[in-house]
Amino acid sequence: MIKPTSAQILSASLVLVLGLGASTLSAQGNLDGGIGQNAGQNAGHISGNVSMTMQTYSADSLIGAVVPPGKTGFNAFGNLIYTQGNFSAGLRYESYLNPVLGFPGRFHGTGVGYRFARYTKGKFDVTIGNFYEQFGSGLLLRAYEQRALGIDNALDGFRLIWRPIDGLTLKGLYGKQRMDFDSGLINGAGIVRAFDADLDVNQLHSKWVNAKTRVSLGGSFVSRFQAGSTFLVDTLVLEVPQNVGGWGFRGALQHGGFQASFEYVKKINDPSAENLFTYREGEGLLVNLGWSKKGLGFLLSGKAVDNMSFRSDRNMLLFDLPINYMPAITKQHTYNLAATLYPYATVAQGEVGWSAELFYMLERGSKLGGKYGTKISAQWATAFSLDTTNLTGLDGAVYGYERNSWMPGSELFIRDVNLEISRKLSRKLKAKYTYFHFDFNTLATPVTTDFKGIVNADIHVAELGWRIKPKHSLRTEVQVLITEQDKGDWGTVVAEYTVSPHWFFSFMDQYNFGNESVEKRVHYMYGILGYIEGANRISMGFGKRREGIFCIGGVCRAVPASNGFEITFTSSF
Amino acid sequence: MKNLHSLAAAACWLAALTFFSTATSAQSVPDVQLKDLESRAVSTAQFIAEADGPVLICFWATWCSPCKRELNAYADYYGDWKKETGVELVAVSIDDPRSLSRVAPYFNSTGWDYTVWLDPNREFARSMQVINVPHTFLVDPKTGEIIWQHNNYADGDEDEVYEQLLKFVESND
Repeated sequence: MIKPTSAQILSASLVLVLGLGASTLSAQGNLDGGIGQNAGQNAGHISGNVSMTMQTYSADSLIGAVVPPGKTGFNAFGNLIYTQGNFSAGLRYESYLNPVLGFPGRFHGTGVGYRFARYTKGKFDVTIGNFYEQFGSGLLLRAYEQRALGIDNALDGFRLIWRPIDGLTLKGLYGKQRMDFDSGLINGAGIVRAFDADLDVNQLHSKWVNAKTRVSLGGSFVSRFQAGSTFLVDTLVLEVPQNVGGWGFRGALQHGGFQASFEYVKKINDPSAENLFTYREGEGLLVNLGWSKKGLGFLLSGKAVDNMSFRSDRNMLLFDLPINYMPAITKQHTYNLAATLYPYATVAQGEVGWSAELFYMLERGSKLGGKYGTKISAQWATAFSLDTTNLTGLDGAVYGYERNSWMPGSELFIRDVNLEISRKLSRKLKAKYTYFHFDFNTLATPVTTDFKGIVNADIHVAELGWRIKPKHSLRTEVQVLITEQDKGDWGTVVAEYTVSPHWFFSFMDQYNFGNESVEKRVHYMYGILGYIEGANRISMGFGKRREGIFCIGGVCRAVPASNGFEITFTSSF
Repeated sequence: MKNLHSLAAAACWLAALTFFSTATSAQSVPDVQLKDLESRAVSTAQFIAEADGPVLICFWATWCSPCKRELNAYADYYGDWKKETGVELVAVSIDDPRSLSRVAPYFNSTGWDYTVWLDPNREFARSMQVINVPHTFLVDPKTGEIIWQHNNYADGDEDEVYEQLLKFVESND
C-alpha cells in the first residue's frame, strides 16, 4: 500500500475545496447576481503562470563543468489561482527532474509545493495553508520567495489579519516553514508564532489624513518553538531553550521630501549551529534618513546586527529556514562583473555598516545636462565587524564574545564606492558610464577559494544604446575589472540586439585575461536567442557559464560552472 | 487502497475541472493593500475603479536596468499619452528591504510623474502572476481586466504601448 503524504492529502483536499466549495459559491453568486448576469463573472476567474527551465550539460575540465548523472536538468513550476469575489485559492505545482545545477541538490521529484485558501470578510482577512509575510523591514520576520534561486521559506499554517479601525492592521500567525521539496512540500521542525501591529497615525483623525507630515508606528513579537534536549560543553550540561522569542518596534516619519525611519529588534539567547551554540542575545537596528525633491535625492542608512540570525530550526544554516531577513548595506549590482564576482551579503554573526547615496539630475537644456538631461548617482557603503572582546575560559578556549559598543570593530568587511553617469545623447543614442571600487573581505563573505583577505578591485563599465531604426536597437556593454588579488583582471563584453516587441538576441563573453595561470585565462561565451509575445517568453541559450556565488539576505550559495544548452519558458495568464 | 486513492484524486480533479470550465480566464487586477511613496494606504482595485482612463501598471525595481530604461522611455511621451488617452501610469516597486529606502530619493530625482506603489514582499506581483520584471499591464478601469501585457522592455516597446492605448480608446469610443 502506498500512503499519501500529508502534502498530497492537503492538495487533494484543496482541489476538492476548489472544485466543490467554489461551485457552491458560484451557485450562490448566480442567485445573488440574479438571472441574466454573466455566469462567467459569477463563477470567478482563474489566473496563473508557468516557468520551465531545461538544461543539458557537457563536460569542460578547463572551467570545472561536469555532467551530472541525469545528463540534463529540469526545473518547472506553475501557479493556478482561482478568485471569486473575496475568496481565492490556489496551488503551485513544482518539478525538479533533476534540479538544474546551482539549485539545492536535494530538491527532487514532482508535486505540490504550495497551496492556500484565503478570504476577506469585512475587516478580517484569513489565510489557510501557505503564505508569505513580512513584518516591517523583515528584520524579525520575512517569509518570501526567490524562485529563480531556489529560495522559499513560505509559512504553512494559519494567518489572521484584522483591521479594526482605519490605519490599524493587526496580524497573527502560526505556522511551520518550508524547508525542502521531495515530490511535495517538506516543512522544517520548528513552529513559528508571530504577532504584528502596524499603525498609520494619520488615519486616526480626519484632519490628519491629508497632512503633509505622516507618521507610522509598528511593533512585532515572533517566537519559535522547537523541541530540544541538552548538550555537553566541557563538564557542563547545557539545556537549549525550546521557546525563543524576539520582538521589535519601528517608526517612520515623513514631511514633504524628508523621510526618516528606524527599526530595532531583539531576540533572547538562541544557541544554534550558526552561533556555535553560544547563549547570547541578538540585536539589530536599521536607520534611514532621506531627503529628495525633483531632480535631487540624498539617502543615509545605518545598520547594525549582532547575533540576529533567527531560524525555525536551530541546527540549520545558509538558506534553510530563516525566519528573518538581514539586508546588505550595499546596493544590488546588476552588471556582470560587479554582480557576480564579489557579491556582498550581511555577515550573519554581526556587523556594523552605513551608506550615503546621492541622486542628481542635471536639467534638460542646461550647459552640463545637455539637450535631454544627465543623471548622476553615487554611493559610499561600508561594513565592519562588531567592536567585541572574546570571552575565554581558563584553558584559553573562546566561549563567545561581549560587545563593547555599537561602533565598528577593526575588521573591514566591505567598502563599495560607485558612481553612475547616464545621458541621452540624441534621439537614437544613450550612453552610461559606471565606476565601482570594492575593498572586499573574502574571509567575511567567502565568495572565492583562491584568495583569503581583502580584494581591492576597480570596475569600469561603458554602456551604449543605439536605436538603429524603429523597433530595432542594439545595446552594448564593455566592462573591465582590475585587481591584483584573487583571479586577477576580468573583462566582459555584452551585445544585445532587439526587434521590438518580439525578438532579442544577446551575446556575452566574460574573459579572465589577468589570471596568473595562463591556462585559466578562459573565455566564458554565452549566447541567447529569445522570443516574447505578450506574457509569454521563450529563450534558448548556449555556452559556458562561470562558477559563481548568489548572495541574498545574509547568505550565499555557490553555483557550479556549466557548459551546455538551456531553454527557458515563462508565461502568465 | 491504492486504487481508492487514485479514484479519490480523479474525482477531485473532475470536480475542479467541471467548475473551472464555467470560470473565466480573463485576468483581473486583484485587490491588494499597498502603500504609496507617502506611506498612504492604497487599495489596488479601488484605484483602478476610480481611474478616468486606462491604467498602465509597470512592475520595476531600483536595481533593474531594463525597468528604469522602460520608465525613462515612457516619461518622454507620458504627457502626450495622458492628454490623448487619459492613461494613468502606476510604477509598482518590488524593491525589498535592501533597497526599499532608495525608492523615494531615486524616484524623485528622476522627475518621473508617475504614481508609485511599494510592494516589498511581492504580494501584488505574485497575485498578478509576475515572474520577472519589467512586466507591464494595461488595465481597463471599467472591468478591472487586463487587456494587454508584456514581459520585457526593449527600445521601441513604447510604440507598442502607444498602439495598445489607441486601440483601447478607439474600442471605447
